[in-house]
Amino acid sequence: MGTTIIGVTYNGGVVLGADSRTSTGMYVANRASDKITQLTDNVYICRSGSAADSQIVSDYVRYFLHQHTIQLGQPATVKVAANLVRLVSYNNKNMLETGLIVGGWDKYEGGKIYAIPLGGTIIEQPFAIGGSGSTYLYGFFDQAWKEGMTKDEAEQLVVKAVSLAIARDGASGGVIRTVIINSEGVTRNFYPGDSLPLWHEELPPQNSLLELLHSSSPEPMNV
Amino acid sequence: MQLMDSSHSNPMSLCSQADSQRTLYPYVTGTSVIGVKYKDGILMAADMGGSYGSTLRYKSVERMKPIGKHSLLGASGEISDFQEILHYLDELILYDNMWDDGNSLGPKEVHSYLTRVMYNRRNKFNPLWNSLVLGGVKNGQKYLGTVSMIGVHFEDNHVATGFGNHLARPILRDEWHEDLSFEDGVKLLEKCMRVLLYRDRSAVNKLQIAKITEEGVTISQPYSLKTFWGFSAFQNPTVGAEGSW
Repeated sequence: MGTTIIGVTYNGGVVLGADSRTSTGMYVANRASDKITQLTDNVYICRSGSAADSQIVSDYVRYFLHQHTIQLGQPATVKVAANLVRLVSYNNKNMLETGLIVGGWDKYEGGKIYAIPLGGTIIEQPFAIGGSGSTYLYGFFDQAWKEGMTKDEAEQLVVKAVSLAIARDGASGGVIRTVIINSEGVTRNFYPGDSLPLWHEELPPQNSLLELLHSSSPEPMNV
Repeated sequence: MQLMDSSHSNPMSLCSQADSQRTLYPYVTGTSVIGVKYKDGILMAADMGGSYGSTLRYKSVERMKPIGKHSLLGASGEISDFQEILHYLDELILYDNMWDDGNSLGPKEVHSYLTRVMYNRRNKFNPLWNSLVLGGVKNGQKYLGTVSMIGVHFEDNHVATGFGNHLARPILRDEWHEDLSFEDGVKLLEKCMRVLLYRDRSAVNKLQIAKITEEGVTISQPYSLKTFWGFSAFQNPTVGAEGSW
């Protein structure tokens, strides 16, 4: 499951984003997967690496968090959710191959993002990137990230970033899914592949070569 | 080509060729090429991607080239080896022209030459890491063949390399028929290329379609295909099964 996953905080909450490509070797097994998974009403997790490992970790954490919520009598905090993910990842580090980003909103600390890479380290960050596609985004975020963005600015940044990664990472592709979490609740958005911006050396999509040929074409065919 | 002893074969090689040069793995690679016979000749399609491992590094690589007057060669696999093959073919066509006898190598002959080159390199454990599609028309006879990096070669009404074998050829087996029009041929190839774009990790959305007829070769301008993501199942696939994909 090569991937691009991103989590970004803004003034009021978090925006999580991911691509939708799941591959087995060079074959795209699922071109519309959902890599942003719910842990509780207010905490979601972005999954990368082995699909099986990331699913089992999030299933366990969802189970523990459910019990924790009943005992606590109120919604779990993002920090508790992230630390449960860390415990599972760290204590099974020899067997697991999954990088995760936990993001959510709670009434004590507001919007928070926690990165949990391979090995089970936990790092709280204003934004986090992960998956094979993230290698293409380090420079981009160094330049484009700013403190105190609005909800729309943050979502546009996430969509632009995932789109750039999809352009260069063969293991990322498909549609872009975003999840916005704040005090008002959770919003899921969907950006299909052909609605994304075009980058260097990419061309606007056509229905067919035949349409290009039959229109008064300014660029004739060449040998 | 080279008939001298291995230490002198290639002045550009910095060590004795006997002890080192073997292609172990490819670096910059192109993905599928598809070819079909149609009414007036051959239609071939290939995208313009040059992948560097999992990175889509180069997006304007021309993987189909005309050879002489009667042939069109498309290649997948290592791009540097494809460029070397084009160099060999330049030499072949040059010698052919130098005979100045009114005769010229047709697609069948070029295919045969390429087969020998690929197979002999394979026997020396130093393959040219490519799968080739060779199409052409000479004296009204249409020809479409393929050669792999280990020298496997054959001709057919429709051929493909790499993932195209698994994803495009089943479509072609169902929908190809004798005497396809140019329009139908293009639509069929585009249908195959779209599936490859959805399902091949190394595919890139920028392609060319080339045609070769008795009159000659034409390679289209680069263009991109529209893709469809509007299935309702794509909207919220994990509703009711949280944690799945």
